[in-house]
Amino acid sequence: MSTSDQTRPLLDDDGIDRRGFLKCMNWAGTGILWTLAGGLPQGIGLDRALAADATPLPFTFLQISDSHVGFDKPANPNALATLQEAIDRIKALPVKPAFMIHTGDISHLSKASEFDNADKLIGESGMQVFYVPGEHDLLDEQQGKAYLDRYGKGSKGAGWYSFDRDGVHFVGLVNVAGLTAGGLGKLGPEQLAWLKSDLAGLSASTPVVVFAHIPLWSIYPEWGWGTDDGAEALSNLKRFGSVTVLNGHIHQVMQKVEGNVTFHTARSTAFPQPAPGTAPAPGPMKVPAGDLGKYLGVATVDFVRGSQPLAIVDRPLAG
Amino acid sequence: MSGPASQLPGPPGGHSPANRPSPTQHRAHLVAAGLLALSWLAAAPEASAAGPTATVQIENFTFTPAQLSIEAGTTVTWINHDDIPHLVAASDKAFRSPPLDTDESFSFTFSTPGTFDYFCALHPRMTGTIQVTAKAK
Repeated sequence: MSTSDQTRPLLDDDGIDRRGFLKCMNWAGTGILWTLAGGLPQGIGLDRALAADATPLPFTFLQISDSHVGFDKPANPNALATLQEAIDRIKALPVKPAFMIHTGDISHLSKASEFDNADKLIGESGMQVFYVPGEHDLLDEQQGKAYLDRYGKGSKGAGWYSFDRDGVHFVGLVNVAGLTAGGLGKLGPEQLAWLKSDLAGLSASTPVVVFAHIPLWSIYPEWGWGTDDGAEALSNLKRFGSVTVLNGHIHQVMQKVEGNVTFHTARSTAFPQPAPGTAPAPGPMKVPAGDLGKYLGVATVDFVRGSQPLAIVDRPLAG
Repeated sequence: MSGPASQLPGPPGGHSPANRPSPTQHRAHLVAAGLLALSWLAAAPEASAAGPTATVQIENFTFTPAQLSIEAGTTVTWINHDDIPHLVAASDKAFRSPPLDTDESFSFTFSTPGTFDYFCALHPRMTGTIQVTAKAK
């Protein structure tokens, strides 16, 4: 991926014919290497991060999303195999990221076996993983208990929490619980109040990374790709000099910068979805045999103190 | 979305059972609900109860028909034709399906008149309404 590609506001809205972009779409699946440089995030695809061994970055973490373990439909008959591919790529990174965040839809149907398989594979990375749930992770009879029992230790409510690492404040939000008819993703008043108090003690110069499953910004409400009270959450972040919002759910890379806030969505490791409005509905998109790896990937994020933005590198699984 | 509708989508109206008996047959069943249980079950394998039945197709993230009027005692079956799961949930929590994977269905018998709004708990922009009228004498 070239440097100019990194700053494109819309990285792969069709995922096919962006000149020069296929080159960086070497990863199918969600993997973005995020670098926080001077408080601004930059994502770089895993491919580039794999090649970036000459310039180790001070602080790097990795984002993986939408593994959908258990998915076996024509768009990808073996979502576990592509997750394995993603994990193998992660293990091969020249600079080991500090930790991984998973932005939800770990499983496809919240089955214990799906979570087990995901945990076993992701555990191979040897990295600490911070999770937030996707709507596919709350499908057990008790609507989220299975997720919380497994991943929710130390979290509040439906699984939200925050932590600090290397001077960066990370906030994991849940916008997939208790969804109501006609709506989009939802955080709810309890979580919003918690967020406000969580951020209250921080200085405005603290870089903040917020991650949640459904985009907190409105990408395409017609397909449910947004969060009803996302703007209220973001209003608490206005005073910060560097805010990075990382999401999944839409299974494709989209990015925009608004003031001091950088928004980014990650690829899935399981299957792509159509670009907004290009199909009658969202859902698994079948791509030509052999091309799947170009649509899946992970991301890495580098944080470098100074005056540069976070570097987010999207890495397709193949290309 | 890549052809999630490859399998039989059923009649678009959804008022008729999926194996589409004629409107006359349907009416007869409505009148003779319960009495023709065996023949009805033979004719409509999706039916989970021996009363009148109706079907709501789920396809392309849409309930069809979105508005359905039935008589009390009717069993409504939702069938998911998408290759992503959906979950049928009443807004007032009167019923809630398990997650329905591709080709899976869920049935609920509406025994009392009223208006029942429902949505997909996974994709809440998907909404529908079942209008239940009093059973004809």
